Order: sequence, then C-alpha cells, then structure tokens
Amino acid sequence: MVGVVIVSHSQTLAEGVVELAKLMASDANIAAAGGLDDGTPGTSFEKISAAIDKVYSDDGVAVLMDMGSAVMTTEMVIESMPDRKIKMLDGPVAEGGVVVALEASLGTPLEELQEKVDEARNTKKLDV
Amino acid sequence: MFKTITNSQIIEILKASAARIEEEKDFLTELDNEIADGDHGINMAKGFNSVVAKLDGLAGKDIGSILKTTGMTLVSTVGGSAGPLYGTAYMKAGAALAGKNEMDGMDLVKAFEAAIGGIQMRGKATTGEKTMLDSLCPAYDALKAGIESGDDLKSALTKAVKAAEDGVEYTKTIKATKGRASYIGERSIGHQDPGATSALYLLQVLLENV
Repeated sequence: MVGVVIVSHSQTLAEGVVELAKLMASDANIAAAGGLDDGTPGTSFEKISAAIDKVYSDDGVAVLMDMGSAVMTTEMVIESMPDRKIKMLDGPVAEGGVVVALEASLGTPLEELQEKVDEARNTKKLDV
Repeated sequence: MFKTITNSQIIEILKASAARIEEEKDFLTELDNEIADGDHGINMAKGFNSVVAKLDGLAGKDIGSILKTTGMTLVSTVGGSAGPLYGTAYMKAGAALAGKNEMDGMDLVKAFEAAIGGIQMRGKATTGEKTMLDSLCPAYDALKAGIESGDDLKSALTKAVKAAEDGVEYTKTIKATKGRASYIGERSIGHQDPGATSALYLLQVLLENV
C-alpha cells in the first residue's frame, strides 16, 4: 500500500487531515508532518523525513503539502532520499488527503494518484 | 583590505551575519507582517543562531564544508520559506567552493552565481516578483562586473551592496507574485520585501568583513 504524508505549516491541520482521511480509510498508512518540532507553525525537514520513514514501503509514498516552504522543504527531503520512490502531489490538502488515503488503501499505485487528486480538486461542492 | 577571504574569516562573517539578523529580527518580522505571515525575522534569527552553535566545530574546515553545514542547518531550523531558500543558497555556494581554504574575487562570483541559481531553482522564481532575488541578482551583476574589471573585493562588494539597496527600494514599487505575499497581490505595493531586505543585510555584513 502506498504511504501518505500530509505536510502543513500547522501541526493541528496536518493531524486533522489525517483524522479526516482515516474516517474514510481507517487502514490507510498515513502520517502527519505539521509545524516545527516544538509544534509552532512552520515546516520541519526532520518531521517530514520522519513521517516518510514511518509510512515508507516499496510501494512508495505520496506527499501532499500546503504552501511555500511546505513544498520547498518536502522537495529537499525527497532530494535527500534519492533511492526512494516518493512523489509530491499537487492539490487541495484536505480533500486531496482524503482521496489519496482512500485510493492508496484500495491499492491504487503511486503513479495514478495525481489523477485522483485532480478529480478531487475538480469536484464541485456547490452548484455555483 | 583583503585580496581573499579565508575559512576563518567565513566563520567570523557567519557570526556577524547572525548578530546582524538578531539585531534586525523585529524589523524583518514587521516587514513580513505587513505583507505575509510575519515570521521572517524570528525564523531567520532562529536559523542563524543554530548556525552559530555549530561554527566552533567547523574551525579549520574548508569554506565549502562550512557553507554546506550552514545551509543544512538553515534548512533544518528556519521553518519558513527562508529555510529552503537560504539553505539551498549556502549549500550551492559551498559546493562551488569545495576544498578551498580561501577564495578570491572570482571564487566569490562563482559561489554567488551558484547560490542565486539554487534560489531560482528552489523557489521557481525570477527577478521582478518581489523576492530576495530582487536584491541578490543586481548585487551579483554589480559584483561580477566589478571583479571582472579589476576591482578588489571591497570595491566590488561596495557596488554590490549599493545595487542590493536599490533592489530593496525597487521591491516597494512592485506587487508580489511569488510567496505568501502574492496572496495580497496589488496590496503588497508600497511595502519593502523582507527577503530582499535580509539578503541586503547579509551582503552588508560580507562587505564590512573584507
């Protein structure tokens, strides 16, 4: 099963997305990497590395990030793990996190997850 | 006046950089508060103080190793965008100076070029977007032109700092299209960019120490 990591500047947001995703996919292999080591806002190279380690398998890991340094720090973590199969996905963190966790738990391979996130982004909640 | 910068000078420059960032911490945070999330000064101070804590252990190492460790420490400790951006810059500059215990003007130009290339790559950014590149790129151009025309380090860096100051002023006139400040768009006009400002401070410290 593909592992999933949620990266956010906010520790509570990352943990909240994991909580939300587990409502739909209780067996998903998903970890939060939010905030700095002391829980204050920011993104932590060490926390992201540790979260990837925690959910890593040969099936790979999908990472969803919020913005700015979350994206850049994740890139640097991935560059520090050149032999691993890790992919950053572009999309909304909450809706995307739920969809990715669900798809991963159903056996969807890493290569097909971006497409699923794109579908989640394009699904309208309101008829506006 | 120095013709070169040695590894022990680099350590002093990094200490002085940390002290300068600490002094300007509140101002940088205030600038960032006006247009983004208000963490730049605090984050930079945290990162550079962590760098200082490692410097004594780096005495005697080559400039490349010192700058690489500086970059990695910034990535691990800054926590905001300045971490991966300045972190990549120092790591790339370090790679360009690997094995050197002293650098001359052309080495500095090469290291600066690598650092800017790293920031552009990491931030997917260019000049005119109200970022640190708006002070760093003109400073690089002035430094390179100075060194190539035979200036010593102090004269070339004096021109670079002047260009960076002008770059900071220029950031007041443009809207942010990169980074958190891009969320406020046109409303960012009139504010000076905190990243361009911290980059200016680092260049001023370099000038003061050659």
